[in-house]
Amino acid sequence: MVTETGNKGFIDEVGALPGGEGIKICIQCGTCTASCPNADRMEHTPSELIAMARAGMKQEVLSSNAMWYCLSCYMCTVRCPRGVKFTDLMHALEYLSIREGLVHAKTLTPTMYRLFNHYCSMGNLSELWFMLRFYLQTNPLRSWRMIPVAFNMLRRHRISIKSRKLTRAGSRQLKAILDKAESPGGAE
Amino acid sequence: MKYYTYFPGCSCSSEGGARAYGGSMRAIAKVLGLELKELDDWSCCGSTPSGSVDELGAFCLAARDLALAEKTGLDMVTPCSACYVIFNRTNSYLKQYPRLKAKVDEALAAGDLKYDGLIKVRHALDIITTDIGYDAIRAKVTKPLAGLKVAPYYGCQVVRPGFGFDHPENPQSLDKLIASLGGEPTRFPLKTHCCGGSLIISEEALALDLTRKLLESATSNGAECLVTVCPLCQTNLDAYQNRVNQKFKTSYKLPVLFFTQLMGIAFGIGEKELGIKNSIVSAEKVLLKYR
Repeated sequence: MVTETGNKGFIDEVGALPGGEGIKICIQCGTCTASCPNADRMEHTPSELIAMARAGMKQEVLSSNAMWYCLSCYMCTVRCPRGVKFTDLMHALEYLSIREGLVHAKTLTPTMYRLFNHYCSMGNLSELWFMLRFYLQTNPLRSWRMIPVAFNMLRRHRISIKSRKLTRAGSRQLKAILDKAESPGGAE
Repeated sequence: MKYYTYFPGCSCSSEGGARAYGGSMRAIAKVLGLELKELDDWSCCGSTPSGSVDELGAFCLAARDLALAEKTGLDMVTPCSACYVIFNRTNSYLKQYPRLKAKVDEALAAGDLKYDGLIKVRHALDIITTDIGYDAIRAKVTKPLAGLKVAPYYGCQVVRPGFGFDHPENPQSLDKLIASLGGEPTRFPLKTHCCGGSLIISEEALALDLTRKLLESATSNGAECLVTVCPLCQTNLDAYQNRVNQKFKTSYKLPVLFFTQLMGIAFGIGEKELGIKNSIVSAEKVLLKYR
């Protein structure tokens, strides 16, 4: 389904991202879709998503929930007869979706990923604060339901409260590297 | 003695939720003659989420750890399947995409680091089954796990996309390891299927459904316990087992151990050192006869 308004440059935009080049060699056999544990929950199946991207349906692809249901289990990647690294392609689409501000409104995974990345880039993850902030930010009511799980995990020392700290020199080094990476250009 | 740089990752560090994995890893390393030198001043590898939020930043985060490890010249071993995939993926991307490498190099230089791409990152399951080997493991067993039916759960990222040492869909290393401890690896058709991963946080219903399938596959094939090689798989199967039971009106009570804990039991190491009590579904009853 190629629309008149199709964005012809989209295939190149995706293809230019590391991991995105597989979009050009897919033969639409559907092995990825058949191998995906979550294909039935996606608005568009994995193979459909590639077809849409090739038809230039940028808005539809980047605002889809499909890539946010990717579990990174890599089953599609190891089974693809063309060697498309589909999981990496999904990650590339997630990245574009966030960059273009087109994130699907009803999936909470992008919020979770953003928060996770926020803590990672400080060097280490406090699992407790990460989870707590996520629940409060997305659905405070759910944090009530999670109390029994959290209680058991805390009782069994199964969740980190304090994050492990880097040395001061290490933190400075990490910040210098990430600041430099943030300077214009991105990874394309 | 075999020497490695050791990368515990956030979960398996001494403060992390899978500290029992890190602790039992160290305990069996002593028995097997593995010298694990923890990487100085390591940071989080970025795991799967970071690359989707900030692609270049995520590669730089992982590349910093790799650059630090390169100074030691030793292979780096991690017990975490997510760290394992991220570091190997970073290595292969830096080789495959020169433009990306140039940018990562530039960022690393801002931190006075450089990385030549020479560090090999390996999973704990790989070094234990490949470098040590089943015969050497068998020789260290003092309390054989005679008759214990164990479901060998690999999960996804230790075998896929495939950086190494075992088959991506029908691996055998963990099966053979269980057998070398005297245990009986059960048939487990879903042994490399996904547990739901981090989507247990953002899409709980979906992840619980995947976890339920694993518990069903393991118990219906007679497993008395299940072993994992990944901190996140262990959390989903163990800490969320009760959520599965609530949601699906089931009554699973399957202990979920790290493979290093099971090895420790067979080597006669104390339960405290192995962190057996950190499990939420108690493993003590199942392990009682091997103490």
